[in-house]
Amino acid sequence: MSVLDLSRVTPGFTDPIRDSQRIFRAVMTAMSRPGLPLALAAPPTPPAGLDAASAAIILTVADFETPVWLDPALVTGAAAPWVRFHCGAPLTDDPSAAAFAIAPAASSPPLAAFNPGDSKYPDRSTTLVLMCEAFVGGPTIRLEGPGVDGAVDIAPLGLADDTVDQLRENRSGFQCGVDLILTTGSYLIGLPRSTRAFVTTTQP
Amino acid sequence: MSTLADASNRETSLYNFAYLDEQTKRMIRRAILKAIAIPGYQVPFGSREMPVPYGWGTGGIQVTAAVIGPDDVFKCIDQGADDTTNAVSIRRFFARVADVRTTEATDEATIIQSRHRIPERPLENGQIMVFQVPQPEPLRGLEPRETETRAMHAYEEYGLQYVSLYENVSAYGRIAATAGYPVMIDERYLMSPSPIPKFDNPKMDMSPALLLFGAGREKRIYAVPPYTRVRSLDFEDYPFETQTWEDACALCGAKDSYLDEVVLDDDDHRMFVCSDSSHCATRRDAGFTGPMSGHELARGEDGDTA
Amino acid sequence: MAYVAVKGGERAISHAHLWLEEERRGPGDVAELSLAQIREQLSLAVDRVMVEGSCCDADLAALAIKQASGDLVEAIFLLRAYRTTLPRFGFSEPLETARMAIRRRISAAFKDIPGGQVLGPTYDYTHRLIDFKLAAEGGAPEPAVVAAEPIADRLPTISDVFSKEDLLQVDERSDGAEAPFDLTRDPMSFPAGRDQRLQALARGDEGFLLSLAYASQRGWGSTHPLCGEIRMGEASVEFTPPELGFPIELAEITLTECTMISEFGGSMERPPQYAKGYGLTFGRNERKAMSMAIVDRALASGAEASETPHAVQDEEFVLYHSDNVEASGFVQHLKLPHYVDFQASLQFVRRLRKEWTARREAELAAAREAAE
Repeated sequence: MSVLDLSRVTPGFTDPIRDSQRIFRAVMTAMSRPGLPLALAAPPTPPAGLDAASAAIILTVADFETPVWLDPALVTGAAAPWVRFHCGAPLTDDPSAAAFAIAPAASSPPLAAFNPGDSKYPDRSTTLVLMCEAFVGGPTIRLEGPGVDGAVDIAPLGLADDTVDQLRENRSGFQCGVDLILTTGSYLIGLPRSTRAFVTTTQP
Repeated sequence: MSTLADASNRETSLYNFAYLDEQTKRMIRRAILKAIAIPGYQVPFGSREMPVPYGWGTGGIQVTAAVIGPDDVFKCIDQGADDTTNAVSIRRFFARVADVRTTEATDEATIIQSRHRIPERPLENGQIMVFQVPQPEPLRGLEPRETETRAMHAYEEYGLQYVSLYENVSAYGRIAATAGYPVMIDERYLMSPSPIPKFDNPKMDMSPALLLFGAGREKRIYAVPPYTRVRSLDFEDYPFETQTWEDACALCGAKDSYLDEVVLDDDDHRMFVCSDSSHCATRRDAGFTGPMSGHELARGEDGDTA
Repeated sequence: MAYVAVKGGERAISHAHLWLEEERRGPGDVAELSLAQIREQLSLAVDRVMVEGSCCDADLAALAIKQASGDLVEAIFLLRAYRTTLPRFGFSEPLETARMAIRRRISAAFKDIPGGQVLGPTYDYTHRLIDFKLAAEGGAPEPAVVAAEPIADRLPTISDVFSKEDLLQVDERSDGAEAPFDLTRDPMSFPAGRDQRLQALARGDEGFLLSLAYASQRGWGSTHPLCGEIRMGEASVEFTPPELGFPIELAEITLTECTMISEFGGSMERPPQYAKGYGLTFGRNERKAMSMAIVDRALASGAEASETPHAVQDEEFVLYHSDNVEASGFVQHLKLPHYVDFQASLQFVRRLRKEWTARREAELAAAREAAE
């Protein structure tokens, strides 16, 4: 482990107890209502490379018990020391060893590169935070499943072209699978493994 | 002994917000997120020893402590009632350690912790139900070994459960389970709804509220997200049915709520009253009456009519 | 007679607490117990509460015993609930019990062993006659005789005695190992490692382990144990803070350690030798340490066995049911109201009974008709 350069570390939560509770509730709502965009009020200032939502999420859920994988583009920047300092989380360069992972949506490895858990302990899987360019303007994806009242359409911008195929592949291995959280700015959308994704031509 | 003497001045304010330390909350929060992502699957978690005994709601308390914030409004019921001793005790605990507003009104609450009931008033989107769970494993009565039941869930081998229900049908002419009636979540995981009467099972199906289940002694958390299919197990020729009563609530006249039987004397006199105390009081306030309106059971703790 | 409907509520709870407190204190004309009296004169109770409470603090344990009116399981619960709020800094270096300052050390396996048999303070050869002199308070006991020569710093252990011949199974040392399993932070998982098993047994209820060990001895999963060694005394606890990088002594604590040995006939990979069962407790608690060692060995033999083991050899059975805080909670929670589930059951039984009666009457009627 290299020595932490604190001069590059910007502040985390101003009130860790209240802030993490508030952010957690938003993340919990997002995961229990897939496809529903939620805004985080007053997230912390993110380090370069992360958006406000992904920074808030990782501060809320990660600690010394959870290996975190950061996209190679983030490892050399300000995000890595920020995560290590504020979360105390060990960083891993193996996506399949990560409890949490953060990547720009465009450059992320495929979902299959992360840990899907095992059939007896499917909870031991990676939660992947994908930072999108925007939540509008991308191809429409229709979502159904637990937490979705009927069906909901999302159109995040910046996801890989074969995202729907990857999501279907991920769903087909249920109960195993990777859980996704999409972020942009201070917004997030939950996309747990239980969600079924479809291509649709309908405009949202 | 000076350390203990110093500690004798210690106030509860020295405990963390919502009692649990932040690392424990994070651990529980992570378990909750995975529980939501895998509806009906029991996530093992590092349940802590709480200041109340196992069996008194340590799982529910830990789940509530991990989600509750200062803006929440907390309701706590036991057997459907807000005034049962343990419900009062848990409500007081959170009022003290989390400084939250508490309520008895189901529609005002953002978090409802419960033992053995789901309120009669339909839950709303945005509400969180926290269930206290004594035994999270629906198959435990059929197979005592955790290693075996975990494998059954992993490979979706629920034949044993159906055989047991079928044996009920042969012996009694119907499925015998009356509370803690097993349910299938999104057609994948068999789940125990905690010992709620099967009367409450249909309330879980496509509920707009988030349902969280905490088992402290058994160290498991599981969840049913809103708008999720919850199917009570049955057979085509022996369909699932809920309890019904010939009586109406003696106090408010409700005919469609779950009723408690109250023994009135040694002469076999009974009265039936709503198990959901808030539901009953709301109806009485709205002017509904039952055959024994004005009975002392309708009075509050200090003798005033609730 | 009419029953008054009981309503719970805040007032009932606070009144109950006041009453309980009054019961705890007892009559005011009897002097109040001090923590020092409990700690020093009920020290074996304190030791039990510390080990099953997983917290080595005699003052806190004494306070818990006082608060619980001497109900040790309740005191254990109090101590556990306090312990859970303490920050965890890490884990200690392995204890060097071979270097323990010995107060008692015996082996049943040999007439004498290097360092000798040291009887120490034990009930073993007391005659269990009530000492009525103790009823009249006071009087310092006759001082114990001090040995002419101090006991050696390092008394060889039973493992040392066997080491040349390799006759006793060797436990691998865990120097530099990863953090040991910690049941206070992670739920039980199976198959359990030895660390998880020993931690669960150390926290386990003394009475439960005693009965299991006894059942094992009587043939319900016997491992034919022999008491290789029991030692009791003071050992030092060392901790290496990551920022220092070298161990510092945190405390010296009293421990009771027991090694049970039993014959192992050998296998394809291992020659015949003796297998070990291990027990360790805070303070002086030989009954617990011996029971623990027998159950430890029985569980290991259960894992080696091919046929269905006895209860004492079944790790899910033993480890899931040895914790008295869990057991006491779950058994006693049955006194909480269950009337909602009971109403559901009552409806069901009444319906079954109605159907049964109707069926029975129809059968009797049919029988009467046939007889006529």
